Amino acid sequence: MRKIYLPLTKKVIKTLRLGQEVLLSGSVLTARDAAHKRLAETLKSNKKIPVSIKGETIYYTGPTPTMPGRIIGSCGPTTSSRMDQFTHILLRHALLGMIGKGERSKEIVSAIKRFGAVYFITIGGAGAYLSEKVKNSKIIAYRDLGTEAIRRVIVEDFPAIVAVV
Amino acid sequence: MRTINSKLIAETVKELCIKANLELRKDILSALRRAREKETSSKARGVLDIIIYNALLARKKRLPICQDTGMVVAYVAIGQEVRIKGVFRKAVERGVAEAYRCSYFRNSIVMDPLRRKNTKNNLPSIIYTCIVPGKRLNIRISVKGFGCENISRTRMFRPTDSASLIEDFVVEAVKDSGSRACPPVYIGVGMGGTIDKATLLSKEAVFRSVAGCSRKRHIAKLEKSILAKVNSLKIGPMGVGGRTTALGVSVLSYPTHIAGLPVAVNISCHATRDARKVI
Repeated sequence: MRKIYLPLTKKVIKTLRLGQEVLLSGSVLTARDAAHKRLAETLKSNKKIPVSIKGETIYYTGPTPTMPGRIIGSCGPTTSSRMDQFTHILLRHALLGMIGKGERSKEIVSAIKRFGAVYFITIGGAGAYLSEKVKNSKIIAYRDLGTEAIRRVIVEDFPAIVAVV
Repeated sequence: MRTINSKLIAETVKELCIKANLELRKDILSALRRAREKETSSKARGVLDIIIYNALLARKKRLPICQDTGMVVAYVAIGQEVRIKGVFRKAVERGVAEAYRCSYFRNSIVMDPLRRKNTKNNLPSIIYTCIVPGKRLNIRISVKGFGCENISRTRMFRPTDSASLIEDFVVEAVKDSGSRACPPVYIGVGMGGTIDKATLLSKEAVFRSVAGCSRKRHIAKLEKSILAKVNSLKIGPMGVGGRTTALGVSVLSYPTHIAGLPVAVNISCHATRDARKVI
């Protein structure tokens, strides 16, 4: 299976094929509904967001609390379409990759293609398994959001399928 | 009269919350394995392999099967010869809060649907009680993630509508949900009663073994037909294609009014989680 190293580049994205199974290794940010709402509102009012998303990949997940002796709790993907309403502005600020589950809206599919970005799906409901692919995790913004805080996560051989490119 | 201490209720609820979140139902696991054997698409087989491995890993390492450890719904049948010592609701909620704190489950409940502030203890839960003969307490805990809960729907059909219209409604619900509901799914359908009764039936429907079928012949036929139609959609496990979009269909029905035919569809993900105990 093809290995992809993160952060992504537009050049690498151009070589990805729809439906291709890949293993992702490197750095991703985690963010879901509440963090997306806050990021989008901040960007819309021309204020600075607490983390740069340029060239980043966002993984839509809200993990369970971390048990002692583990790196992260169960951390499967959440439904991506709920993030559609906030995705366009993030793409405009150079977000390159997204990982989640499920289909995206027509508008977002065409926006992802237009911006030369990529959307991967991974296996929903496999939270325990996917947590074993995480090698490091640290909250870097919006700590008050609890499970919905933004984390910097290092993954290794994280299974994904190219869903929109 | 038999007295049951609320402490025992709290302990039982705690035990069931933990069991439901860490141990995938045996009938679901067996159905996933059977689907894995029958699946012809290699991508779908790969996804099913991971889903099965995830369930085994969760049980062994005591990790939640899914990060969405759900909103707790308790179904409690109370024997009418039982006297509960202490406050029943408080006991259930203590059990839930303790399970979620001790087991590092996610607190996913917000206090107000609009203001959305997390309650940080996964409370409140939803409790359905009914009074039954006897001196026992039958407690079932269901935890459902909202990926699939968001896909659920109801419709009030006309009393003259045919079964095939209901079939189409259910199949359409699965089709619209694509891979968002985490297929392969277990489809619960509630039919009849009032809108609330139909919805409750659609939830209770998935408590039946996924391999089973209705005792009513015409309902069993309906279940079979829906399952065949859903699996011909070729959505497949997590939307990668293949023949396994649903593991099973369970329909529960109830008498209804001459003017109506309420139908509710409850789509439950491949991590359909609940646990039951009689005390």
